[in-house]
Amino acid sequence: MTRTVVVITAGLSVPSSTRLLADQVADAVSAQVGARGEAVRLEHVELRELAGDLASYMTSGGVPTARLSEVRDLVSSADGMIAVTPVFTASYSGLFKMFFDALDTDALNGMPVLIAATAGTARHSLVLDHAMRPLFAYLRAVVVPTGVFAATEDFGGTTDLSARITRAAGELAGLVVGTDHVAGFGPDASGRRTTRTSGTDLGPVTDFADLLRGHAG
Amino acid sequence: MQFGIFSVGDVTPDPTTGRTPSEAERIESMTRIALKAEEVGLDVFATGEHHNPPFVPSSPTTHLGFIAAKTDKLLLSTSTTLITTNDPVKIAEDYAMLQHLSGGRIDLMMGRGNTGPVYPWFGKDIRDGIKLAIENYHLLRLLWREPVVNWQGQFRTPLQGYTSTPAPLDGTPPFVWHGSIRSTEIAEQAAYYGDGFFHNHIFWNKEHTEQMVRLYRQRFEHYGHGSADQAIVGLGGQVFMGTTEAEAKRQFRPYFDNAPVYGHGPSLEDFSTMTPLTVGTPEQVIERTLGFADYAGDYQRQLFLIDHAGLPIDVVLEQLEILGRDVVPVLRTEFDRRRPAHVPSDPPTHTSLVAAGPDAPHHLVEPARATLEAATSTSTQGATA
Repeated sequence: MTRTVVVITAGLSVPSSTRLLADQVADAVSAQVGARGEAVRLEHVELRELAGDLASYMTSGGVPTARLSEVRDLVSSADGMIAVTPVFTASYSGLFKMFFDALDTDALNGMPVLIAATAGTARHSLVLDHAMRPLFAYLRAVVVPTGVFAATEDFGGTTDLSARITRAAGELAGLVVGTDHVAGFGPDASGRRTTRTSGTDLGPVTDFADLLRGHAG
Repeated sequence: MQFGIFSVGDVTPDPTTGRTPSEAERIESMTRIALKAEEVGLDVFATGEHHNPPFVPSSPTTHLGFIAAKTDKLLLSTSTTLITTNDPVKIAEDYAMLQHLSGGRIDLMMGRGNTGPVYPWFGKDIRDGIKLAIENYHLLRLLWREPVVNWQGQFRTPLQGYTSTPAPLDGTPPFVWHGSIRSTEIAEQAAYYGDGFFHNHIFWNKEHTEQMVRLYRQRFEHYGHGSADQAIVGLGGQVFMGTTEAEAKRQFRPYFDNAPVYGHGPSLEDFSTMTPLTVGTPEQVIERTLGFADYAGDYQRQLFLIDHAGLPIDVVLEQLEILGRDVVPVLRTEFDRRRPAHVPSDPPTHTSLVAAGPDAPHHLVEPARATLEAATSTSTQGATA
């Protein structure tokens, strides 16, 4: 079965170092999924192209454009995510946050996510663990232990960037391929939310008898 | 089919002049809009209910009672009545009183309200919104249908030996709509009681409205009130008309660009694609509005929003003239033409509900109960056999 991994990038310039890093990570994930005997389809979402749609969504009380609806569906139906942002003012960029603000709160339940960030200097590297990781924890995603941070110098010098990419990609590939094997042990009694909703469909409907119970006087 | 106006009752500066009407002026304008609606041949005027500035309509029955005294045929409604933060006992009394005063020319639309602080101001918790809507509405049905109510619930003080006065006019409670944008629980509630379902429509993409209406229709049939296409549906619409599309856009654009809710956001053109907003000629409004039935099915009530965003009263009254003269007569004919005979053209009115007699399902607190019990006993018998 072909797995789908959606690659979310929030770089603004073209070409951007954020997209450059995202492509390296995505290639590594492809290779690692392949090494586990499965195929992967990568779906790239450049948030720059959605900037107008996101502004519309935010300023119209939450009406999604057709393009934003498509991307929300794509994200929630994916088997895994690679999320890459540039560091702006000590955190992920506003555009990056705006996209995740525009998702349904159940859009990423249980989603394997690899986080990565770029910046001019390595001094910003804790953005991965102090900003991105809590964001995805809130959305109930499963963030792989290794985050990938690339400062400008990493694109030239001899650093361990590619080793980190390989390790993170291996962690993500394991989760993306392993999803099927986890299922099948019977109903989940933990109350864990595993179903993902993009917000396009209405979701499960509660029968009125259950809604009225205890409220009929 | 019924056509009308729904007003939010916002006090908004006119962006072309910077002038803000006083509350007195805005209330007077809403009255004039209602009277004009009757004059130009529209059927319904519905007022919002709000408990915070910049909105004026905090006391809908006071206003609707005043309008009732000045009109003869106009049906008075709400958009919406806050079933969460109002005491259902007071809703039962206030709207029964209004029903008597207006000679039965009222119905009302239940809504939860989307302004967070209103809940604590009225001693409620917004996280209980759905539960409040369920419990309070059920109590409202009891109060209008049972002579003496003994009741205990989660949210208000229990009632022992309580009789709501006045009893509904002719012993017939008003017809009720439930308005909801995305809560499936409310579509389910409307379907369960066989009430009407109204979708605001104007701030949403049509795919969403279509799903909500379809859910309500399917569940209406499930609960035994009729076939899905006979369910009672109302939709909002937002229009601004001129002699040409360019002229309409030129005149409306400053109001659109500065409007509460969507101003300073999407362009007029984009918003017209994303939502049912139509700014153009009366012919364009007719074509777009007829198209609503293509995805919502043949429906019974169309309400237009025409008086928000600081539009001056003279412009609003002119828009009403155009609606009444050039748009609504054509819509009536065309909607009649496409509607199958078994689908009701109008929502239930006081006259039709009285004519249906005291044994009609409308007089039951839970009309669906008989259907559900019959289904249960059939399946039990099937299991035994």
